[in-house]
Amino acid sequence: MVNIIVEFSKYLLIVLMTVYTYSCFSVFRYEYEEDRQQILLRQNKLMFSIQLIAYGVMYLKTEKTEIIFFYLAQVILFLAVIALYTILYPNVSRVVINNMCMLLSIGFIMILRLNTEKAIKQFIFVGISMIISLIVPVVIRKMKSLAEWTYIYAGVGLAALALVAVFAVTSGGAKLGFSVAGISIQPSEFVKISFVFFVAASLRKSTDFKNVVITTAIAAAHVLILVASTDLGAALILFVVYLIMLYVATKQPLYLAGGMLAGSGAAVIAYHLFRHIKVRVSVWKDPFATYETGGFQVAQSLFAIGTGGWLGMGLCQGSPESIPVAAEDFIFSAIVEELGLIFGLCLILVCVSCYIMFLNIAMQLRNRFYKLVALGLGTCYIFQVFLTIGGVTKFIPSTGVTLPLVSYGGSSILSTLIMFAIIQGLYILREDEEEIIERKKARQLRDERRREAFQKETRKRKTKKEESYKQRIR
Amino acid sequence: MFVTLFLVLMGYIVYFNVVKSEKIINSPYNTRQDTFSDRVVRGSILDRNGEVLAKTEVAEDGSEMRTYPYGEVFAHVVGYDVNGKSGLESAENFDLLTSNAFFVERIIKEFQAKKNTGDSVVTTLDAKLQTTAYHALGDEKGAVVVMEADTGKILAMVSKPSFDPNSVEDNWEYLNADNEQSPLLNRAMQGAYAPGSIFKIVTALEYIREQPAYGAYTYDCYGEITYDGTTIPCFNHIAHGFQDLNTSFANSCNSSFANIGLSLDRKSYAKTCKQLLFNSKLPSVLDYRKSDFSLEETSTSAEVMMTAMGQGDTQVSPYHMALITSAVANGGKLMKPYLVSEVTNYTGTPVKKNKPSVYKELMTAEEASILTQYMTSVVTQGTGMELSGESYSVAGKTGTAEYGSDGQSHSWFVGFTNVEDPELVVSVIVEGNEMQTGGRAIPVAKAIMNAYYYE
Repeated sequence: MVNIIVEFSKYLLIVLMTVYTYSCFSVFRYEYEEDRQQILLRQNKLMFSIQLIAYGVMYLKTEKTEIIFFYLAQVILFLAVIALYTILYPNVSRVVINNMCMLLSIGFIMILRLNTEKAIKQFIFVGISMIISLIVPVVIRKMKSLAEWTYIYAGVGLAALALVAVFAVTSGGAKLGFSVAGISIQPSEFVKISFVFFVAASLRKSTDFKNVVITTAIAAAHVLILVASTDLGAALILFVVYLIMLYVATKQPLYLAGGMLAGSGAAVIAYHLFRHIKVRVSVWKDPFATYETGGFQVAQSLFAIGTGGWLGMGLCQGSPESIPVAAEDFIFSAIVEELGLIFGLCLILVCVSCYIMFLNIAMQLRNRFYKLVALGLGTCYIFQVFLTIGGVTKFIPSTGVTLPLVSYGGSSILSTLIMFAIIQGLYILREDEEEIIERKKARQLRDERRREAFQKETRKRKTKKEESYKQRIR
Repeated sequence: MFVTLFLVLMGYIVYFNVVKSEKIINSPYNTRQDTFSDRVVRGSILDRNGEVLAKTEVAEDGSEMRTYPYGEVFAHVVGYDVNGKSGLESAENFDLLTSNAFFVERIIKEFQAKKNTGDSVVTTLDAKLQTTAYHALGDEKGAVVVMEADTGKILAMVSKPSFDPNSVEDNWEYLNADNEQSPLLNRAMQGAYAPGSIFKIVTALEYIREQPAYGAYTYDCYGEITYDGTTIPCFNHIAHGFQDLNTSFANSCNSSFANIGLSLDRKSYAKTCKQLLFNSKLPSVLDYRKSDFSLEETSTSAEVMMTAMGQGDTQVSPYHMALITSAVANGGKLMKPYLVSEVTNYTGTPVKKNKPSVYKELMTAEEASILTQYMTSVVTQGTGMELSGESYSVAGKTGTAEYGSDGQSHSWFVGFTNVEDPELVVSVIVEGNEMQTGGRAIPVAKAIMNAYYYE
C-alpha cells in the first residue's frame, strides 16, 4: 500500500515540479503586475505542495517522527523568508526569492533523506545565512563608496586564499578550508564574491591596456593560488568569471579569444604538472577502468542517474547513500536517482531561470560598477552549476564543486545567499532608481499642472476684478 | 552563451539516459539493482526454444533459490547470480530484476505486498548444440563458440573445465583456488592462445591485399625454411613440394607462409590486423580479452616468420577467431554478435527485441570469397579432409599451436558449414596435454555440425 502511494507521489512531484519550472519562464511574459503576482503566489503554493508530498512520503517510508518536526520547521522558515523579504524590501525580485526557496527546499528534502544530522545542520546554516543576507541589500544601498575599494577586495581575497594554501587541512584531495571552533570554513567560497567586486571596481575605473594588464595579473594570482592548493573547481570558476567580465567591460573579443587560448594552454600544462588532475581526467575518460583508483565516485553517480531513469525510483526507494559525498558534490545524482531525470532537468532549468533573471538585472543597471558586479556574480553562479552537474554526469571531468543552495555545506550556503542578496540589492537599487525617476516625472507633471492651474486662476481673478471694476464704474 | 552550454549539457544527459545508461547500470560494480530483488522475483533465462537455463524457485516460506537445470553445460555463458555475478546473470541483471508483468496484476500484488515476477531473458543459445559441444570436448580443456554467420547470433559457448553454478557459492573458495584448471575462467571469451595455423587466414588476406598477382605465387617446400639463421619446419617436417597460395593454405605449409611473411609490408600487416580487431575492442556483452598482435617495423625477420605462420607473440581468444571466421562467411561483413534475442515478461509478452545488425566490414566481399575458396580446399584436399563427404559442405582452417618447451600443442579449428550460403560458424580449441597430439579439434567441430544437420 505504501509502495503505491510512493509510486503515485513520484508522478505528482514530477508534475508539480514541471509546472513550477514552466512558470519560472512564463512569468517573464506577463506585463501586468497583477498577473505576475498571481503566478508568484502559485509558485509558492507549488513549492509548499512539493514539500508536503515529499516529507509525507519520507515519513510513510521511514516512520521517523523527526521528519514531521523538520517539515514544520522548514515551512516556518520559508514563510518567514518570503514574508520578511517582501515586507522589508517591497521592491525585491520575487521570482528570484521563489527560486531560491525552491532550490533550498529540494536540498533540504534530499539531505534529510540522506542524513538527518546533516539536514538539521543545514537548516541552521540556512537560518543564520538568511538573517545575514537580509542585511545585505541595505548595505548595498547605504554604502555608496563600494566601488572605490578595488585593492581592499584584492588584498582580502588573496590573503584568505594564501592562508588556506599554507595552513588548511586537506580534504578529499584538495585543500579547502580550516576549522574554527568546530565550524569548518571554506574561504574560497567567499573569495568568489570579493573577486567579482575587485574586477568590477578595477574595470570600472578604466579599461585601457595598462589597467587591464594589472587587473589580469591580480586575477591570475587568485587563480594560481587556488590551483596550487588544488581547488580546481574554484580556480576554473574565477577564470571564466574574469574572462566574461573583461569581455563585457571592454567589448574586446580579442581579450576573450586570448584568454581562452591562455586558459587551454594552462590546462595542458597543469595536466602534466599535477597528478590529481591526471587522475580526474582518466576517471572522466573511463570511470569503470579506474574504478578501484578513484573512478568509483563518478561510476556510482552514473549508476544512480541511470538506474533512476526518467521517473526516478521514488523517495527512499533508491540507494543514493552509496554515492560518495552524495549530500555535497554529488547531490544532483542523488536527486535524479530518486526523483527522476525529468525532475533533474527541471532543476537545471530553474537554475538557468535564476541566471536569466540575473542577466536581466545586470542589463538594466545603469551604474557600470553595479552592472559588472551583477554580471560577475551571475556568471559565477551559473558556471558553478554547470561544473557540478556536468561533472556528476561525466559530461566534463569532475571538479568537486557544490550545487549552490542545494548541496550541503555552510560556506557554500552562506556565500551563495549573500550573492543572491547582493543581486537583490542591486535590483532594488534599480527599482528605486526607476521609482525616483518616476517620482521626478510625476512631480514635474504635478508642478506643470499646478502652474497651469495657477495661471488659469489668476486669469480668472483678473477678469473678475475687471468686471467688478467695470461694475463699480457703472 | 551559458544558456547554449546548458542546452548541450541537457542534451547530453538525455542522450546518456536513452542510449548509454542501460549498459552502464549493468556493470557488475552497480549493486543498486540488488535492492530491486526486495520487490521482484528474479526472472528466468531461456534458450532459443524456451528451454529453461536458469530460474528462481520460490518456496512456500518465501525463500528463493536460483537453479540451473543444465548444471555445468551453460555454466560460463549463463553465469551465476552470487559472489559478484558473471555471464548473462550479470549482463542482464537489470532486465531480470525488472517486472513488466501486466500492470493490473502488478498493482494487485503491490496491494497484497507480494513480489512481482521479473522479466525473462530469451537467449540465442541452442541447448542441443551447447550440450553436444559440451560432451564433444569430453574431459579436455578447451572452448567452443558456435555462431550464425548472417545474423551474429551466438548459438553455443562452452568452456572446459566447467563448474556447477547450482553450488558455486558453496564451492567458491575451492573454485577460485584451482589455478591449474581455473574452472571459473570463460576460456571462449577470455582465453589467450597462440593461434597457430588458423592465423594463416590473416596472413593470406594480407598477401592478397599487397600482391594483385597473388594467383601466380609459387614456392618449393623442402620441409623447412631457413632465413637469417632461423629455421622454421613444416609440421612433422613434411616436404610439401611445389605449392601455390591455395595449396600452401590447404596443406598449412609453414615454410611457404614464413616465406610469404618475409615479403609482407609490416605496417600494412599491422593495419590489416587492426582492422580485424586485434588490439582493439570486440563487440560483446560478456567480459573478453583483447587479442594481441605485436609485429612492428623493427621486428626481427625471425619474429616475422613465426608470426606469419601463427606462432610468435600473437594471442587470440576462440571468440575473436569465431568473429573473423563469421566475417569471411558473411561476405566480409561482421554482424554484431549477440546472446539475447528478446526480453519478455514472465508470461511471454515481448518487452524488447534485438535485431541483427552489421557491426563492421572487416574485408571486402571479394577478399572474403577468395579466403572461402582456400578454406574450402582445406576440407576437400588439405588438412581438414575429415570433414568432407558429409551432406553439408564445410570450409575451414585447422591449426596446431605449439606452446611450452616439450612440444605440447593446442589444437584449433575454425570454419563454417554450407559454403554457398553459410549457416554455422564454429570455432574450437582443445588445449594440449602430454598424451595426445594432432587434430583433436576437428572431431569436436564435426560432432556439432552433425548434431545440427542430422539430429
